[in-house]
Parts: sequence; structure tokens; C-alpha cells
Amino acid sequence: MTGTLDDNRTPFGRNPRHFGIDPDEPWPDDVPMDQDDTRWRYQGDPKGAKKAERRIAAAWTVTLLASMGLAAVYVDGANTQLAGLCWGLAFGGLGVGLILWARDLMPGHDVIASRGHHNVSSEADRVAVAESLGRGLDPMARRPFLFKMLGAVGGVFGLAIAFPIASLGPRPHRNLYKTAWGKGVRAVTLEGKPIRPSELPVNGILTVFPETDPSDALSPTLLINLGDADYETPPERVGWNIPIDGKTGIVAISKICTHAGCPASLYNVVTHQLVCPCHYSTFDVLQLCKPIFGPAARGLPQLPIAVDAQGFIVAQADYSRAGGAPVGPGFWNRG
Amino acid sequence: MSTTEERIAAQKRYRAAKAGTDTVDERLGSSKFLTSVLDKIFPDHWSFMVGEIAMDSLIVLIVTGIYLALFYVPSSKEVVYAPTSGHVYIPLVGQKMSEAYESVINLSFNVRFGLIMRQAHHWAALIFLAAVFFHMARIFFTGAFRKPREINWIIGLLLWQIVALEGFTGYSLPDDLLSGTGLRVIYSIIESIPFVGTWLVYALWGGRFPGTSLIPRLFVVHEFLFPLLIIGLLTAHLMILWHQKHTDFPGPGKTETNIRGSRIWPQYALKAGGLMMLVSSVIFLLAGFVQINPVWIYGPYQPYTVSAGAQPDWYLGWQDGAVRLWPHWEFRSFGHEIANPFFPGLLLPGILLSIMFAWPWIDKKIYKDYKAHNLLDRPRDKPFRTGVGAAAVTLFSLLTMASGTDIIANNLHVSYEAIVVALDYLVIIGPVVAFIIAYKACQRLQEADFHPIQRPVGGVIYRTPDGGYHTVGDVHHGPSHDAPADTSASHGAGDNGDGGAGSGSERSVSAPAAGD
Ligand code: HEM
Ligand code: FES
Repeated sequence: MTGTLDDNRTPFGRNPRHFGIDPDEPWPDDVPMDQDDTRWRYQGDPKGAKKAERRIAAAWTVTLLASMGLAAVYVDGANTQLAGLCWGLAFGGLGVGLILWARDLMPGHDVIASRGHHNVSSEADRVAVAESLGRGLDPMARRPFLFKMLGAVGGVFGLAIAFPIASLGPRPHRNLYKTAWGKGVRAVTLEGKPIRPSELPVNGILTVFPETDPSDALSPTLLINLGDADYETPPERVGWNIPIDGKTGIVAISKICTHAGCPASLYNVVTHQLVCPCHYSTFDVLQLCKPIFGPAARGLPQLPIAVDAQGFIVAQADYSRAGGAPVGPGFWNRG
Repeated sequence: MSTTEERIAAQKRYRAAKAGTDTVDERLGSSKFLTSVLDKIFPDHWSFMVGEIAMDSLIVLIVTGIYLALFYVPSSKEVVYAPTSGHVYIPLVGQKMSEAYESVINLSFNVRFGLIMRQAHHWAALIFLAAVFFHMARIFFTGAFRKPREINWIIGLLLWQIVALEGFTGYSLPDDLLSGTGLRVIYSIIESIPFVGTWLVYALWGGRFPGTSLIPRLFVVHEFLFPLLIIGLLTAHLMILWHQKHTDFPGPGKTETNIRGSRIWPQYALKAGGLMMLVSSVIFLLAGFVQINPVWIYGPYQPYTVSAGAQPDWYLGWQDGAVRLWPHWEFRSFGHEIANPFFPGLLLPGILLSIMFAWPWIDKKIYKDYKAHNLLDRPRDKPFRTGVGAAAVTLFSLLTMASGTDIIANNLHVSYEAIVVALDYLVIIGPVVAFIIAYKACQRLQEADFHPIQRPVGGVIYRTPDGGYHTVGDVHHGPSHDAPADTSASHGAGDNGDGGAGSGSERSVSAPAAGD
């Protein structure tokens, strides 16, 4: 407790340039020597200062009222709009008051100081640090064998400690080539109901799932009744549809977009095009679902289907290479 | 002026304050440091507040985020929505959903102030990212990344990436239809990486999409890993800023070796606190009045459905746009394939980011300027850099627009295809045109500077000791349009190009500075 008013660092500006200026710091000759940073906006204007004080008080009163309002809103069922209003006003009043306080009644504006030697050291210091570093580096460099050894060991050990990462997930193997479909697996609706061909009207479209594992994410498939539309059938896909009255009838197409895996779910019955709403790849159903617009580069695979003894739609097999499998977007070993 | 009582009171306060700082000093020897903290000068320019706005929204994010985490259940376990008490959202009753989604629905409808906290968190994220973009643009266009501030440019870019990922992971946590669709696309993008893609997605998702491991993992990443990185990097960012001192625009009385502005104490301490309150105010007003991410309308995620008009949050729109616009290329040979999403999803952003990381050094080469700078460039003084920035902003905007092509097509009643084809050309031509326009505009503005009498644009007129006059424009750039500014000071020396050159007798006679 030794400070007196005559101390060099009084709060009231006996020494106008006491702030932050180190006397030992080099002082660029373009910095004014006698700045007074104790000035404030309404200094010498008591009326203005009083008004400023009132403005600040008013702003904080808003905060006070809004805080009380907030309590009322909470008790009264916490309406989101009213809560937002109260919160906004409370924060806003506080903020405005603080800023006005600083602007109108606080000193410390518009001062200039030297930047000093902010981030470069003297040459002596730079030499010193390089020498300290050398203290370790030289002995290390004298043992090149140990150095190389450390590199090799580090590499192997680095691989070894990566093993826990391998536990994060299974290895993909051929898993990505398979879906839950297979010989005789029934196609069921979202509700788990099997379907007869007669339930799908011409131009009808229905998303179906394999009964054995309806939640498998690569399996969702579209049944489309193409009626008598001219479906292009290469030899290896003959018999994959369920003909109705000798016409094309129902085909089954993977719903998983070959671009990035969204469900291609918008169907245009006039043009027989399927559109994926993610990036608008468009597939022509009549031409083996080949992509005709957008970023997808491959057609949607086709699932061979048939009717089982009870008259329900089943898969003849899983999606196969001939049908354009694997389902979904591409990956490195898809080939 | 002041009465005796006031003087005595002041003296008492002063003694009390000193007793406090002495107590600390006796333990930490901190007085010198604290003085430098309180006395620190921060320059006054509105554009320097943008970084602070980012920081303030980050604080709102952390506070509201902790609140949300107390209610959120990170689980993919399937449940059927059938609440027995409180408010029930009828349209979802009986639907299958994950526990995560259910917990978000309950937080929104059954926790008092839960919804406003959720909406404040989301709005804060959008404002945060907007502030980061704006901040980055300010740094770029004014050359604030130049030596000695390259490290902060790098840290800043890392922050931007992590912050965008943090936003994406948060957006994915509710496990609603929109976020699930976003995850599906990200899965495919990672899957498309040559060699390691499938291994990587199987490790991240714990198997085939969607699996049940991802939601709890996302929670850890969003709540712990990324926030840790963000706070760590931000601390470094601000410590470096503190140490190097802030840049400033050239103007009256400003040189490379001094700093002009207001003190931290009390000016910026109060003003920064006030700004934080104002940012919070705006966020909470938005949270109260403008609905955001109403996941109960989107419904729970199901791999077999998707809603049209699925868009990511705006700050990832440019990547989504690139994925939409990229031509249908895939490379297949020798039984291997590089699938389409790899190019727009990773390769293109990778290239653009690499250029951004390297920019401080590219910029040095272009302007043959390897010196340190504390005074900023006005964008017009560096037409080439400003042109590059304008091209980048244009590319970014066009790609973001491409993310909303279906919405644009619906609103303008034009075909979706027409818009995509138009944008395909525009993303190539647009940036070039923007570059040329910006370049020419900078040259015009510079020329206006050269004739301050014909077209006064403000600035400072100096009178030299021998009675001549020159303007700050002459100080700041040479006669050729693109010549590197020669105002840099070698460190520590009081030398200031031709502007300050030890001429303490120079006096500025006109004030308004053409700041930017
Ligand atoms: C998490 C996001 C970020 C936060 C919270 C943040 C915060 C800040 C703050 C408060 C400042 C000082 C005030 C100002 O100049 O606006 C600053 C300065 C700076 N920031 Fe950031 N920043 C972020 C991201 C970035 C990014 C993305 C970049 C650029 C790639 C960047 C580069 C810089 C640089 C170079 C400076 C020094 C500027 C100067 O001295 O003029 N920052 N940052
Ligand atoms: S996922 Fe279908 S177009 Fe991209």
C-alpha cells in the first residue's frame, strides 16, 4: 500500500502518456510524444455526460424488464417467440449499454504507440537459439545408424499402434457386392406385406424390401409396371421381368442411385424416367435405366424377379453383374 | 474540477486496486504483463470486428451446445414414437425412429426453452460460418496474410475446415431425413477415394451404411474431438494475433512501426463485451422468430426415402453444388474405378484448398515482396490479388447457387436441366469475367487516386519539410499499377519507406482516409 497520488501511475492522468509505453522501447520518431489518452467524449460537458448516463441506464432497464419477462414466459409455458424476444432484448440492452458506456464516458480512445520489437529477436538471441539446437543435433548427426534405425522402428511401431483403428469396423471384403436379395426372397412392402403382380396397376410404382432383411440399406428396390412399353431386354436379362398379358409387365430396379446412393424416387410415367432428387441424375427405365442426365455414370441395376407358388413376387437371385450390380455408388475395386 | 472528497475516494480506489494487483504480483510477478494487457492498443476499423463476431457466436455455440447435450441421446436404437406424457407431436405417433431423433423431438416439444436453445444453436452456427467467411475475405483482400502473419492464415484455414465439419456433424446428429441423406452422400464420397475408400467408410461407420455405430461416434466427434481442436487452434490464433499486434489500414499518423487505436482497458474490454451481447441478441431473436431445421417436419431418416430439395446448410452448399454440376465421369480400368463423387467431392476442394494454403507464398512471388508488413493493402492497390479474390468469391457463389438448382428451377419455372447446363458454363466463365472486372475496377480506382484534385477520394496530404506536398497514395503504391508497395519496414528499424523516412516534422493536413 505505498501508492500515492504522485505515483507515476495514477489513474488520473498526471502523466498523460503512462499507458503501455515502455520507456526502453525504441520509439519511432513519428509517434507523437505527448498524447493524452485520458480524454473521453463528454469530458467537460457535464450535461452531455448526464444524458449519456441516462441513455445507458435506459438500455440496461430494457435488460432488467426483459429478464423479468423471461421468467414470466418460462412459467407461462415457455412460448418460443416470446422467449426469443425477451432474450434478444435482454442481451441487446446490455450490449448497447456497454458500448455506449465505453464510447461516451470512458477514456482510452485514439492513442498511438510504438509497435516495438514485437516479434523479431536480436541477432544475438537468434545465434543463441541456433547454438542451443546444435547442442543436440550434432551428437545426433554423428550416429547416422541410430538415426536410420529410429526411422525404421518408428515406421513399424507407427503401423503397430494403428491396429486399434482396425477394430473400428469390419473389412469390406465382398460385402459391398451383396444385398439381402436372393433366390426366392419375397418382395414386401414397407408394412411387410408380400405383393401379387395384380396389385400393381399399369404405370404403378412401388418400393419393396427383401422379406428376410427389410432394413438392409442397399436392398430397396422399385417395382414398376411398365404395361406394354417397349423395354429393352439384352439376352442375359431375358425372363427377369414378370410379363402381364404377354407385355413387358413388371420390372424390378434398384432404388439406390449409382451416383451417391440417395433413393432415386421420382418417376415420370410419361417418359418412363427415374430422377434422383439428390443431384438430379435421370435414368431412362426403358433403356436398362441408363443415365441420361446429371452426374450419375452408370445405370440402375435390375433385379431378376418371378412369381412364387403362392402367387407373390420374389427375387430369382441377388443382383448380379449381368444386371449391373453391385448396387449403389462406385468404389475403387468395383471394376 | 473535482472536489476533495472525490480525490480522496479516487485515492482509496487506487490503493484498493493496487493492493489487488500486488497480491497477484507477489505470487506471479505479473504486473508488467498485466500492464501490457490493459494498455494494449487495438485499431478501430469495423472490418476487424468480424473475427470477434465469429468468436462470439462460438461462445453462444458452446453454451447452447452444452445445454443440448444434456438432453440428446446418441443412439441409433430403433424406437416407436409413443410418448405417454407431455406434448405429443401427432403426425409422428407410431413411426419408427432412432432414439437420437426421438430425443430431439422431445427436446423440441417437451423441454421448456429446449426448442429455442436448439434454434439458437443452429442460428449461431450459421452466423459463425458467415463471420468466418467474411473474416477470411477481409484477410485476403487487404493482404493481412502477408509476412509475418502467414501462420495465422494457415491456422485460420484449418479452423475454417474443422468448423465446417463441426457444423456438418452437428447437422447430422438429429438423424432426421435431411441429415441422413447428407450422410449418405458423404459416405459415397469417402467410399469413392481410390485404394482406401471402402476401408475408410467401413471403419468410420462400423460397416455398411447406415449401421448403428455412426450416431454415437458422431456425438463424440461433435462434442469432444472437433471442439477441442477448434478451441486449441483458436487459442493459438489469438495468441499469435496478440503477440504480432493487429494490422491496420494506412491513414493519418499510421506507419509500419506504430499502432493507432483504442486501449483494451477500458475501451475494447467494454466494447467487445457489448458486441458479444449484441451478437447473442441477434442470435436469440432469430432463434425465437425464425424457425430453423424443423426436424419433426422432415421425419426420421429412412434409407429408402428422400425429400426433394434436400440441401446442406449454406456453408457446404458450394461442395454440394460442385457434386451436382460435375459431368458424369468415372474412370474404370484394370478392374478398378475412380467413382464420380471423388472429383467434385474431394479432388476439387482439395485443389482449391491447397491453393489457399499456398497463397501467402504465391502472393510473395507475384509481387516479389518478401518483407514483413503491418499496414494493410487497400484492395485497389493490388489489382491481381483482388481479381483472384473476386474470381474465388464468384466461383463460390455460383457453386452455392448450384446447390439450390431445383429450388431455382421450381421458382422460375424453367427446366432443371437448362439451369444446370447454364451453370456448367457459368462456373467457368463467371470467375474469369469477375477477375477482369475487378482488375479493371482497381485500376480505375487507382487512377482516381492519382488525380486527387480531379476526383477527390479523400486521403492524406503530407507537407514535406521543404514545402512540397504529396498524398498517402504516393506513399502506398508506385507509379505502375501492380508494383509492390514499398512501405514495408524492416523489423524494428524506424524506417518507413518514403512516407515516414525519419521525417518527424511531417504533418498531416487533411484527415479523411480512403480506408478501403
Ligand atoms: C474459427 C474461426 C475464426 C475465429 C474465431 C477467428 C478469430 C480471429 C480474431 C478475433 C481476429 C482478430 C480480429 C480480426 O482481425 O478480425 C483474427 C485475426 C486473424 N485471422 Fe482469424 N479467426 C477465425 C478463422 C480465420 C480464418 C479462416 C482465417 C484465414 C484463412 C483467419 C486468418 C486470420 C489472420 C491472418 C488474422 C490476423 C489479422 C490481422 O492482424 O490483420 N482466421 N481472427
Ligand atoms: S445421389 Fe442420385 S444424383 Fe447424386
